[in-house]
Amino acid sequence: MINISDSATKLNSLNRRMFIIATAKIIILGGIVSRLFFLQVKENKKYLTLSDKNRIREWKLPPIRGEFKDYFGNTIAGNFEAYQLHIIPEEVEDFRYVIYRVKELLELTDKQFKRILKKKDEIKPWETLIVSDNLSWEKFSKINNHLYDLNGVKPVISISRDYPYKENFTHVLGYVSQANENDLLTNENIKEKFVPGLKVGKTGLEKSFEQKLIGSNSVERYEVNAYGRRISQLAFQTGDKGETIRLTIDTKIQELTNELLKEKAGSICVMDIYTGAIIAMHSSPSFDPNSFVFGISQDEWQLIRNNPMKPLVNKSLSGNYSPGSTIKPIVALSALENEIINPDFTVQCKGHKNPLELYGQTYHCWKKEGHGFVNLREAMKQSCDTYFYEVARRLGVDRLSVTAKKFGLGQKVFKDVFDNEKSGLVPNTEWKKNALGRNWVLGETIITGIGQGFIQTTPIQLCLMTAQIANGGYKIYPKIVANDDNQYADKFMPLYKKSRNIKIVQDAMFSSTNEVRGTSFRSRLDDPKYRFAGKTGTSQVKKITERDRELDLKTFEIPYEERDHALYVAFGPYKSPRYALSIIIEHGGSGGTVAAPLAKELFKMIVDRHEIRKNYDNKKYLEI
Amino acid sequence: MYQYRRFNNKNGFFQKFGNLDYILLSCLLILGFISLATMYSTDGGEVLFHTRSHFIKFVVFFAMMLVISFINIKFWFSLGYLSYAVILGMLIWTINFGITASGSKRWIDLYFLNIQPSELMKIFIILCLAKYFHRMKSQHVNSFYSICFSLIIIFVPMSLVIIQPDLGTSLLIAISGIVVLWFAGLNHKYFFYSCLLSIISLPIIISFLKPYQKLRVLTFLNPDRDPLGAGYQIIQSKIAVGSGGFTGKGFLKGTQSYLEFLPEKHTDFIFTLFSEEFGFIGSVLLLLIYAIIIYRVIRIGALSRSYFAKLFCYSFGTSIFIYVVINMSMVLGLLPIVGSPLPIMSYGGSSMLATMIGFGIVMSAKTHSQQSIA
Repeated sequence: MINISDSATKLNSLNRRMFIIATAKIIILGGIVSRLFFLQVKENKKYLTLSDKNRIREWKLPPIRGEFKDYFGNTIAGNFEAYQLHIIPEEVEDFRYVIYRVKELLELTDKQFKRILKKKDEIKPWETLIVSDNLSWEKFSKINNHLYDLNGVKPVISISRDYPYKENFTHVLGYVSQANENDLLTNENIKEKFVPGLKVGKTGLEKSFEQKLIGSNSVERYEVNAYGRRISQLAFQTGDKGETIRLTIDTKIQELTNELLKEKAGSICVMDIYTGAIIAMHSSPSFDPNSFVFGISQDEWQLIRNNPMKPLVNKSLSGNYSPGSTIKPIVALSALENEIINPDFTVQCKGHKNPLELYGQTYHCWKKEGHGFVNLREAMKQSCDTYFYEVARRLGVDRLSVTAKKFGLGQKVFKDVFDNEKSGLVPNTEWKKNALGRNWVLGETIITGIGQGFIQTTPIQLCLMTAQIANGGYKIYPKIVANDDNQYADKFMPLYKKSRNIKIVQDAMFSSTNEVRGTSFRSRLDDPKYRFAGKTGTSQVKKITERDRELDLKTFEIPYEERDHALYVAFGPYKSPRYALSIIIEHGGSGGTVAAPLAKELFKMIVDRHEIRKNYDNKKYLEI
Repeated sequence: MYQYRRFNNKNGFFQKFGNLDYILLSCLLILGFISLATMYSTDGGEVLFHTRSHFIKFVVFFAMMLVISFINIKFWFSLGYLSYAVILGMLIWTINFGITASGSKRWIDLYFLNIQPSELMKIFIILCLAKYFHRMKSQHVNSFYSICFSLIIIFVPMSLVIIQPDLGTSLLIAISGIVVLWFAGLNHKYFFYSCLLSIISLPIIISFLKPYQKLRVLTFLNPDRDPLGAGYQIIQSKIAVGSGGFTGKGFLKGTQSYLEFLPEKHTDFIFTLFSEEFGFIGSVLLLLIYAIIIYRVIRIGALSRSYFAKLFCYSFGTSIFIYVVINMSMVLGLLPIVGSPLPIMSYGGSSMLATMIGFGIVMSAKTHSQQSIA
């Protein structure tokens, strides 16, 4: 039926085409094999890492923060066990029931409760929901007693920051709080170690030593599936606790400073004049840093922020004050060093009726009746302004500023340890020309001689200045970390030309505290063991007008903001000086009546504690 | 001679048994075994639903294939048009009464099993067209009438499948049909011009695609544009294959699939899992098995006496080859993702049924290789 030849052509064509297709097939197969080879052999490494990245996930646990110790090894910032309540939503059968039961037991407010529910919606069901991060023991045990009823609720003991001395160390240590976006952006280390709920230092040493304190995360390595659910734990890597940092501060003295500055705004700094160790440094008013650890409540924050005495400012380091008469030792020293005057140089102080007059400006001494004829020692003792006007006029501001800077004024004392430290200001003619574009006038030199005008100092600078006068005029570098063994080439370099000049100034300061008519005579300690030398200062915050002079109001009669700052710098014991201090009471009135009496209290304790400190050091060396 | 052949054509059961292609059969069995092992691995190393179901389907359909191979090839020749019409009817039935799953109506419920007629169409379109061209004189093959008629045979089921919607299967049906046209001797230039035409009209076709299909094409061109969305499948698949390396991660140790990173690991992406666990060596061996199967199928065609059997075997073998290539290329990131199962390996009853019917007819052509069809 079928044409044979036709059938043959059909078969021919079929076989020919089969041959074409077979060739194509071989080529395509080769292509697939080469693709397989490319993926599985050539690029194998790349895909193997991608596959591991897929399946292995690491969970970082919060690192344990290093502690702060005081000089004697007492913990001043430690870690405590915080009682927390965790719930893993997916492990709870009836989440609604459990969460309402928890609400009942913990007596949560509706607002807190809503926040927890919101948090629950944000996380994956197998992630931990932190219901409460710091429970009281009562509530924690209450939860534990009701656990039979609370399936899936986990009472957890976790580690958190604790400041046992509350407000005492706030400005030195700062505080920790939840890391925010800004912390992550500015600090690589925090970013690397970040886990939700990580607490980082916000101010003070907690911030400065973040790198050392933070420690390293413990890492849990899990194999996870495509939905992020943990399948099995592959490894656990224990992290290191952060470094413990020992400070030079003596807690007992620090507590006393806090006591002395209660209800006042101000600062006290105490320094070892040889080692530069900070024994105490306090700024008042302070606040309890513990309230920041778990997030401060809005009300409490407003209370701190709006306090007119500014608790948030660390006055010891960032308070810029006119030094007032406390600058006089430097003025005197500078004049002696530059041989402008000798100790016998005498000026007549005539009191308010006959003020020093220059180019139409009058310059009054603080004492209405005047001091009469005074030499250097007398002038320091009674803090005669007229004398120092004259000295400053002869000395000139440029020479004064050289000496002042040499003794540590006008520059940061701790360099970059504290990020909120201010450098103060020691003016000179060049500075004014550059900064204000105007020429220096003589009147400004004159008021600089009594620590008014442009000159600004921080309490810690005044303390350092006093310390360097007290130790005989040698350069020291203050330190707050006990094992800070930074070597400075110019440590203990003499800052004077003639050491006799230092002696003269020291003696003048001694007279100011320990001799009749001295400005801080009433605050003296007679026991030679405790006897100290000092210089009062009263810095005006507002120009005194003629009217004010006529009224001659008592401190408490003036509005708070217009009252003078009371200052006092001192060193002791005079026999063999060891410690220097500076005291500033904002708007306290006169230095002699407000600030100096605090020094009396302080020196008693400082000298007593010195023995203990020495013994502690010796014992420690023995143990080694 | 003729007498002998006639006698031979009436050969008995045992003779047919001896005429079976045992190399093809053993390759199919090996493939079946590999697919079961892989299925066992997708179930996470346990005999769960997929493994059990796949096992039952393989055994039943393999047995069915043996039964088919004992039925005279003439019977299948005579069934050509009818079976095509029945499947077409089932496709129409699907459109109206089909079971909807993941957005498309593909299955019809036959009470004891759900069947996907579009998969069966991949085989029966070959049968239908082979019968159509068997009778045709060579000078009529390129006539306007025959081309039109054969294109209608291809386009009707294709469009019925497209509206399900199931682009992948409809393309595979079209390819199966076109393969037959090629072997039937349709002029080369028609293929050339239609290729050219489709390339030119590609942008227009793309504009007619559904958004998710467009996304697939875009994703194919650049999988990294949406790594967690549309590009996820292909990226994870490449990671799985690539991380398998030369020797593979080992049986039941494929982390990508075990940890559920692989999509569709039972069906379209089964090769990914296999390749991850058995590596380059395993993959090449699997390819080799497929190559042997296809070679045997074509060889049976070459040894067959009838034009119909030749046409069917060549077309079927080539279609199987194309299915394998498309599936693997897709998994290896060489083609966009279209739903196309890997024959025998992938989970899916209809696909297995269709493939086994195809092999059954091929085997029937072998056992009746001397049968001529009038």
